[in-house]
Amino acid sequence: MSEEFKVEIVNPEKSFLYKENVTEVVIPAFEGEMGILKDHISIISFLKPGIIKVYSKSEENKYFVEDGIVEFKDNSLSILTSSIYNMSDLDRNKIDQIVKEAEKESNADNIDDQKRYLIDQKVEVLKNLSLN
Amino acid sequence: MASLDDLKKRISSVKSTQKITKAMKMVAAAKLRRAQENAEKGRPYSEKMNNIILNLSNGISDKENAPKLLVGTGEEKTHLCVVMTSDRGLCGGFNTNIIKKSKQYFQKILKENKILKIITVGSKGYDQLKRQYKENIIEKISFKDSKNINYFDADKVGKIIIDRFKKKEFDVCAIFYNKFKNVITQIPQEQQIIPLKSNEEKDTSSDSNYEFEPEEDEILSNLLPKNISTQIFKAMLENSASEQGSRMSAMDNATRNAGEMVDKLTIQYNRSRQAAITKELIEIISGAESL
Repeated sequence: MSEEFKVEIVNPEKSFLYKENVTEVVIPAFEGEMGILKDHISIISFLKPGIIKVYSKSEENKYFVEDGIVEFKDNSLSILTSSIYNMSDLDRNKIDQIVKEAEKESNADNIDDQKRYLIDQKVEVLKNLSLN
Repeated sequence: MASLDDLKKRISSVKSTQKITKAMKMVAAAKLRRAQENAEKGRPYSEKMNNIILNLSNGISDKENAPKLLVGTGEEKTHLCVVMTSDRGLCGGFNTNIIKKSKQYFQKILKENKILKIITVGSKGYDQLKRQYKENIIEKISFKDSKNINYFDADKVGKIIIDRFKKKEFDVCAIFYNKFKNVITQIPQEQQIIPLKSNEEKDTSSDSNYEFEPEEDEILSNLLPKNISTQIFKAMLENSASEQGSRMSAMDNATRNAGEMVDKLTIQYNRSRQAAITKELIEIISGAESL
């Protein structure tokens, strides 16, 4: 039997990615990274800022997300997110720009702890990115 | 009877109007294609979101402590209506249809002695509603400046609604918009978003055995505000496609009518020109005869 399942990433404007032959997807779930293989139990979870890695037999794609919801059911994985970037489209300038905006937001007074945690997380992920 | 000069002027003025309506039709047709594409692309997101929420709410066991956004405040006293219209006119019955639909709803609510609050999105809706419901309108929002419909605008509206809900300013919230069916048909829609009303009955009881991370209610309370923004975004997309479609067919009609008018006026012009010539000829001939 094949070890493949399908994944769909949608953002509000359009269907961002649709693949039927992925073997593994690693998502930055709210309580830690989570790898999803075929026949995973049905699950609904949140994303925190991080990298989604989509593996298929021939290639490996990486995407940066800021937030989102994941649903896995009957070997189809749906990821709903309002902000996603393809890693190959991101260059240092763009990353710096996002980091700067996030830091500005994090310094504002009127946000709660959970939000600050998420923003800090985002900055950290992005900073690690720009190193390598 | 109008003089020849007057007729000539009218013909040229109708012709230039026709040129304008024709140009507007072309622009609307080009925009329509894009808006329609966007609306279709946006559908999967809101559908998926709805599905997940339905699955979640089916699985929730503790109905008492469920988030208020899902089950409501338990009262139905104050209704908030979000009326979504366009910012520009000249689009046929597009705005009027939404307003008509929402006015029906308003009257029903007022008859039941409930409190009505209105938020208008888009300036045309405000213009049409301010005469009758001025004191009910609590906020007017317009996105005249943003060129494309984007999620951030929808999110803004969503946040306003949720803020007001948290301040307990209303119990029930409904949005009004036009659903795009095809170029000539747009259906005005009324959709209740707070408390969430599922269109389908529970038929998916068997697959509600999800694993949740974190807890169900935490997911729900995070998801519901997002869903409101998503529903509003969907409404905005549908609305923009409907607006362009409606404008296109309205302008197509206008162009055709102008064409008919030009034909009619031209015939009239030719006839009166002929009559004037005949009259002059008769005068000359009878003048010559009398000599």
